[in-house]
Amino acid sequence: MTYRTSLESAPTLKSTVLKLGRRERVIREVHALKGVSFEVPEGQVLGVVGANGAGKSTLMRTVAGILPPNSGRVEVHGRVSTLLALGVGFNRKMTGRQNVVLGGLAAGLTRDQLAEKYDEIVSFAELEDFMDMPMRTYSSGMYGRLAFAVAVTMEPEILLIDEALSVGDARFRKKSFRKMRELCTEDRTILLVSHALGSIKELCDQAIWIHKGELRMWDEPENVVDAYTEFLEVGEDAFTMEDV
Amino acid sequence: MTSLPASEQQAAPAREENEFTSERHVYEPHKIGLPPLGPYARELWRRREFAREMARTNLRAQHFNTVFGQLWLVLNPLLLACVYFLLVYILRGSGSRGVEFFAHLLAGLFAYYFISDSIRLSVKSVTGGGRLILNTAFPRALLPLAGVITAFMRFLPTLVIYIPVHIIAGLPFGPHMLWLVPLIFLMFVMASGAGMLVSALQVYFRDVKNFLPYFLRIWLYSSPVLYYADEVPDGLQWILYANPLGGLLTAWSDVLIMGHAPEPWAIGMATAWSFGIFLAGGLFFVSREREFAVRL
Repeated sequence: MTYRTSLESAPTLKSTVLKLGRRERVIREVHALKGVSFEVPEGQVLGVVGANGAGKSTLMRTVAGILPPNSGRVEVHGRVSTLLALGVGFNRKMTGRQNVVLGGLAAGLTRDQLAEKYDEIVSFAELEDFMDMPMRTYSSGMYGRLAFAVAVTMEPEILLIDEALSVGDARFRKKSFRKMRELCTEDRTILLVSHALGSIKELCDQAIWIHKGELRMWDEPENVVDAYTEFLEVGEDAFTMEDV
Repeated sequence: MTSLPASEQQAAPAREENEFTSERHVYEPHKIGLPPLGPYARELWRRREFAREMARTNLRAQHFNTVFGQLWLVLNPLLLACVYFLLVYILRGSGSRGVEFFAHLLAGLFAYYFISDSIRLSVKSVTGGGRLILNTAFPRALLPLAGVITAFMRFLPTLVIYIPVHIIAGLPFGPHMLWLVPLIFLMFVMASGAGMLVSALQVYFRDVKNFLPYFLRIWLYSSPVLYYADEVPDGLQWILYANPLGGLLTAWSDVLIMGHAPEPWAIGMATAWSFGIFLAGGLFFVSREREFAVRL
């Protein structure tokens, strides 16, 4: 996967016309992923670790079919659902209730499914009293809780989860971790990106470590996490940052 | 569209099943090239509720569901019609223009505003939907379509405003008015095509939206809104044919004001242009949409 990053802030017709005259192209290529190959058997949970900018999110987007690869081949068997960012499709001016519908439809649920799940979503987010208030009046924790609740209610065969799913207070985090564990134990394939190395060890069947766009390691979660922590030289401290 | 790379052609049978929902997806290098259109259209249809909900959200954000919010949406083209009426009245000198012409002006402006609102609302739909596009896989054509649906929901109440003017002008009601249904359908088709075209262009050239107001203004003046179609001098008749809205708005005025079925040339031009723009815009958008995520 190669990103073409243009040094200009935004491509415009004007600049294109100007460039035609000068015949210059200000483009620097970033190779976000280089020759990453792996396989996840059905029903298994794969953990993905790596430093910031290693290409983890790009990998997720490529698997989801959002970003087309420049070379190579991605094969996915099953219905994919992405949980890459929270609150996708939300509109802050709308009430919580309207946003549940909007976010759910954006994620590909039907209206019937949503009507069925609505109570479950609201009670999971514990926001019964706030559903008819505009989301701009929500605290950031409440916003995150509702977004998380909408996101985990989908029941796909393949789930791609990116980090930053740690929202709300300590109690809600515990609850969302339980939900994640529940999702992981059910019979579905999951790709989990996380900096919480303890969760990777606990939840995953296997793990990969991506470093600067290359596959550094593909092994049992324990081995990968140990090698990765050794590499980071942070030792056991990492396990105190318990997030999902 | 352009010739596909070899790998694309090989991969085609594998991906034919379904682009978004099938049990098996294969993603291979591609930049330009059409996804299988049948499954694409099915998925688009399956997700139509999302576009409708987005349109509804847009309207709610504009306070469309309040009385004054709706009133303003109607008042705006109504006042504009008064301005243009005054302009034409002065330019033409006194006389010949009565309520009937005002009805023509109003109907034409409302129809024109449906198309131009669609374009204005959809132009930034792709570039503005970055978070959605980067984090979810869905047929991207839903984004400009949501803009068109928003414009359509704003267009419908203006039709109600037109009715009293129609009655005051003493214009006929009759079975010929059934023509309005296919005409509105053609407008929708053209608006969707134009919306997809400009929103895809906006990804590549971010200043398309800055050029748009000038383009839309010229388009209005070259359409038979501020004048009747049969007033166009013989030497300039080609403008009515070259203008995508020429035939359509002539037919619109024929049905509403003249009170008869549209002339064959008008309805023919309208159909050809609408589907032509829809095909061009649709194919351009759909063949490029997988590249959007990289370009944002």
